[in-house]
Parts: sequence; structure tokens; C-alpha cells
Amino acid sequence: METPQLSSLYQQLILEHYKKPRNKGDLEDHTVEVHMNNPVCGDEIKLQLQIEGDTIRHAKFVGQGCSISQAAVSIMTTLLEGRSLDDAESLADRFTQVMHGDAEAARDKTLGELRALQGVSKFPVRVKCALLGFDALREALRQSAAEPAN
Amino acid sequence: MSTAFDAKARRADFPALAQTVHGKPLVYLDNAATSQKPRAVLDALDGYYTRDNANVHRGIHELSRRATDAYEGARVKVAGWIGAPDPDELVWTRGTTEAINLVASAWGLDNVGEGDEILISVLEHHSNIIPWQLLAQRTGAKLRYLELDDQGRLVLDDLDTLLTERTKLVSVSHVSNALGTVNPVREIAAAARAVGARIFVDGAQGAVHAKVDMKELGVDFYAFSGHKMCGPTGIGALWAKKELLEEMSPYQGGGEMIHLVGRNESTWAEVPHKFEAGTPNIAGAVGFGAAVDYLSTIGMEAVAAHERALLAYAIERVSALDGVEIYGPKSLDERSAVLSFSMAEAHPHDISTILDAEGVAVRAGHHCAQLVMKHFGVPATARASFYLYNTTEDVDQLVDALSEVRRIFA
Repeated sequence: METPQLSSLYQQLILEHYKKPRNKGDLEDHTVEVHMNNPVCGDEIKLQLQIEGDTIRHAKFVGQGCSISQAAVSIMTTLLEGRSLDDAESLADRFTQVMHGDAEAARDKTLGELRALQGVSKFPVRVKCALLGFDALREALRQSAAEPAN
Repeated sequence: MSTAFDAKARRADFPALAQTVHGKPLVYLDNAATSQKPRAVLDALDGYYTRDNANVHRGIHELSRRATDAYEGARVKVAGWIGAPDPDELVWTRGTTEAINLVASAWGLDNVGEGDEILISVLEHHSNIIPWQLLAQRTGAKLRYLELDDQGRLVLDDLDTLLTERTKLVSVSHVSNALGTVNPVREIAAAARAVGARIFVDGAQGAVHAKVDMKELGVDFYAFSGHKMCGPTGIGALWAKKELLEEMSPYQGGGEMIHLVGRNESTWAEVPHKFEAGTPNIAGAVGFGAAVDYLSTIGMEAVAAHERALLAYAIERVSALDGVEIYGPKSLDERSAVLSFSMAEAHPHDISTILDAEGVAVRAGHHCAQLVMKHFGVPATARASFYLYNTTEDVDQLVDALSEVRRIFA
């Protein structure tokens, strides 16, 4: 098996988000809150969204875990503000495709800084780390669809 | 042992160690999860399937006789390994986990009732917590815990208050898989006996690094696994005193465990067969027997001395790195060959990924011991665990790889 390079995993951008996560903390006016954890490794994420109508106004998280899970959720929150719920769902789908090795999806510029995580797809045991925040996002979207905020 | 132990020579006995991983020589430091297997064990498995394969205790034909002899011969070897007074006191199981579930079910449901207490500890592997939780939920019994001190040792001063006439069972690990803490089992067993409680010892990490002797340990039940001590996966054993096994209800029903079968009631086979329903893991037992033979030729005193020296060297080198915290007992007398640690900048998962790229296999996570992690206030640790074939060069490669972690994350 070809040996994947560590440098493709630990991109500078990822380490920056890990050390200085964006949107970390509690969101007081959230309309939905989801806790997600990975029982295998103990990584935890609490994701809070403030949704108005069809739009995500703010997204914040609290969590602990490895650099990949924490950087991914940090980048994710920066991309959610102002996005429609459908758009957020497609972002999650598109990023999941990247994690499953879809090279074309990885070139999609709408993924923004998430593209720095492309190297994770070469480390199959770490893919679930990168997807933890997006699993929380999907669950949050599902819950808000079930109980729409006013 | 008068001759010095030669770990490098022993490495040659383990084919899996002679490979490169990601272009680097493999340094296997995940032995507390499972050990590698020596050629002698692989040959025993191959020989069994190549020549002797048949079902046991059933056929009159030659192959069945050979398979039965090999299966029961392995029982004698493994029972002898733990100093069991009688080989019939050794019940084959899938591993330590099944042995604990067997006792929780076959002994627990008959002997533990509402208001009774089961004493375990915060140090336990989930396999020595969950079966007792389930038993407590089913019977209305109460689960109580021995706590840990800041070095991950059991707080034995609490035994006096925790053990009462309501305590029906005490179950503790011999050696902690997460921290390497060696528990004073004999002392705990004596305290349990004093209040009339039975004592179960999870020996998954205990029978691995040193000889144990059931005639001296003073316990009622002892469980261990083959795969952590050179044997195959899927085979382990429960040892218990014969009277106790004879009193106990069966565990699973099926072939092999019966004497006479009627429409509504049946009678049970003699111990240990009463607990071995269905076609057992014959090859696994044969392989476990071969593992015990292999370890006997090496000598466990030499192995223990080697592992102790290696652990001392590893602690010295790893603790010299900046930002590393090591968990567990400080004294080597209270610690087995396990090095559980964390680094200030990097999460254990990142440590493990970077080490893997350097050919170094360690475990990262909660080690199926979430209560231990909670005690130390960490979500996970990285764990290097050593065995007879590890060398100081392995430790050096670990330390070099940890420097790479610092380079990336600092």
C-alpha cells in the first residue's frame, strides 16, 4: 500500500484551526443544539445553531478531541453563517464525498477551507474524525426540519 | 534464570515482527491489546488443521481421538500454567470477557439478590464492569466501587467500609490494561473472604507477564485470555474451584454440556464440560497450549526482568520529553509493562497517527476504561505496552517518533 504523507494530513490551516478554533463557545440564542460523540475515541462536539426561517444565522460549537475533528468543525462553523438549510445539507454531502475519496468533489471551490482536509481521505481510520461535526450538523438540520423555528 | 534474556533472539520467533510498515521497521507496542504469535503457535494451529481436525468427545475414529487428546492436553497445560490443582477446574471460554459473563450469569443469578452488593473498582476494563452492571440491574443488587488515588492505584483503605455482610462478590483486575497498575490481589482476596464474599480476578493482563498460582492467590475465580500471551484470539479460560463449578448452574445449553436429555428436564455433564456447550474452539485451545509451552521454555522470570528493565528505560526516555505526562504508579513494583501518557499539544489520536507513519504501533483512546480516563480528567491517552520481544531500540524509535509529534504540533 502506498504510504500517505503526514504532511497531507497535518496541513498548516488545520493546525491553526485546532490551536485557535473559530466560533468556539456557547451560542445563547440558539434554536437547536446537538451533542455528538465518537464512542471509539471519546471525541465530543456540541453544535448550536441559530436558525431564522430557512437560514442559519449563527453556528457555534464546544468540543474536545483530536486536531482533525476539532479543526473540521471549526472550519464548518465559519461556512454555515448565512447559508440556507438546503445549502448546509449539500455542504455536508459534498464534504462527505471528499472524505470518501471523490477527487472531483475535492476540487469544488464552494468547500472553501474544508478542502485543506482532503488529505484525511487517505487515512481511512481518521475519516470519522473529520465527519463528526458534519454528523452533528445533519442531526441539527433534521431536528429543525421536524420542529421548525419561528 | 542464570542466562541473560535475549529479546532480539526471541524476535526471530515472531514472523509478524519482521516487516516494515509505511517503509519503517515495525515497532509493535500494542501488546496490551494483543500479542504477536510465535512460529510455534502458528505451527500448532496448522498442524492441528492439517492432520488432526475432527470434533471432540464424540467420535470413535482416530482423528476424533487425536483432536480430543490435543484439546484436553491443552487444558492440562494451561491449567498447569496457572497452578490449578486440577485441570478439570479450567473451563475454556472465548476469552476473559466471556469468562466474566459466564460467572455473572451462571453464578451471579443464583447467588446475588436484591439489596446484595457487588464490589468492583474504577480501574476496571469495561468487561469487568458491564457484566456486573447487568447482573445488578437484573437482581436489584447494588454496585459499589473502589476508588483510585492520583497514581491510579486502588484506595485500599476504603475496603473496610466498602466490604460488608451484604457484599456477595468482589471483582477486580490483576493488572490494569489502561495504566499497568498491579493490584494487590492476595490482600483484596483475604479481605473479601473475611466478610464471606467471593472474589473474582480479571487476569487478562495478569497471567501475561508473570506466573500466577491459583493455589497461592486465594481467589475463587480467575479469568484470562490466550491472545495476550502468544496464543490465538477467541480462546481463553475461567478457573474456579471445583466445588464452586459443581454448584453452579450451566451457562449456555447445547451439545457437549449434557448428561441425559429428557423432554422437560435434563442432567448436566461433569465439570468443566457442563460449561462448554457446542463445538468448542478446539484449534484455539491447541494454540493456547502451544503458547504456554513456548513461554515455559523461555521462562517467565526472565521475561518479567526484561520487561521491567525495558519499562524503566521507556519511562526515563519518554518523561525526558517536554510536555509529556505519564499516568499510573511511579514505583516499578506496582506497575506492569504499560506506559500510558499524553502530550500537551497533541491529542492521543494524532500521536497515534504520527507514530504509525513512523512504523510505531501504539493504542490511543480510552482503552475500554472510561472510568479511569474520567478519574484523570482526560478523554483519552496514548498507550505503549511492551512484551518479551520488545527492545531498547523499539523504545528509541518510539521516542524519535514522539519528537516528530512535537515538531508538527508544537
